[in-house]
Amino acid sequence: MATTSTGDIEKTKSVEVKKKLNVLIVDDDPVIRKLHEIIIKSIGGISQTAKNGEEAVNIHRDGNASFDLILMDKEMPERDGLSATKKLREMKVTSMIIGVTTLADNEEERKAFMEAGLNHCLAKPLSKAKILPLINNLMDA
Amino acid sequence: MDAHVAQLQMQYRNYILSLYQQGFLDDQFTELKSLQDDGSPDFVAEVLSLFFDDCVKLVGNMARALDQIGTVDFCQVGANVHQLKGSSSSVGAKRVKGLCINFKELCEAKNYEGCVRCLQQVDIEYKTLKAKLQDMFNLEKQIVQAGGIVPQVDIN
Repeated sequence: MATTSTGDIEKTKSVEVKKKLNVLIVDDDPVIRKLHEIIIKSIGGISQTAKNGEEAVNIHRDGNASFDLILMDKEMPERDGLSATKKLREMKVTSMIIGVTTLADNEEERKAFMEAGLNHCLAKPLSKAKILPLINNLMDA
Repeated sequence: MDAHVAQLQMQYRNYILSLYQQGFLDDQFTELKSLQDDGSPDFVAEVLSLFFDDCVKLVGNMARALDQIGTVDFCQVGANVHQLKGSSSSVGAKRVKGLCINFKELCEAKNYEGCVRCLQQVDIEYKTLKAKLQDMFNLEKQIVQAGGIVPQVDIN
């Protein structure tokens, strides 16, 4: 692993992440939470998980949470991804939020999710190849 | 190269290829394997263990919901199917995922008998996959114990 003198750039195998990411993974499925945890770890990031949108909102209530990225599932019990995203934006959370949808979601549903405050939307299943360019592009912006 | 190790490795390659050719696994399983490294050496086994626990829980939920004959909550069944579809898709369990797509449609149509039949198929299918993947892990263990390296299998 190579680092600059500032320690901000890390190489993980042949994959470069411009900055070490702190990610919140929000999904009611433990399989998908685990998969996304490993994907984030494989690109040099660290992660915390939440089982649903309500947990994700509660993590931010004290104002101390600071995530670079939130991976937000759409369909979840207690509070779904759309509602959680809207609430987080109302709470002035400025983290990048990537919505995670399924192929079964139609264009209108995806549009509504985007309009709730997402930066981008990806379809399950996520992979390193899908997520890395997006993270690097968004972090450069 | 030790002949015994080479034979085990060949057996392993052929076995993995057969799992893809018979439609048990798809590219997402390849993605899963690619994420396993020295930093996460047991990742695939861990994720699959979570997946099969999920299967037990969700199939149980669906069975209980379908037992409420006359008052079946098809939305609840559908929600469980949706979750199983998501997790099966994430681990590359192709046949289970395919069944879930069909199952979802049956829930939406409130087709009770179709749902019951589909649930039975899902139950059989995830258990079959579990047994096959256990055989895969056993082969990996044999290769390592014989002093060899588990080969990467190119499925293309």
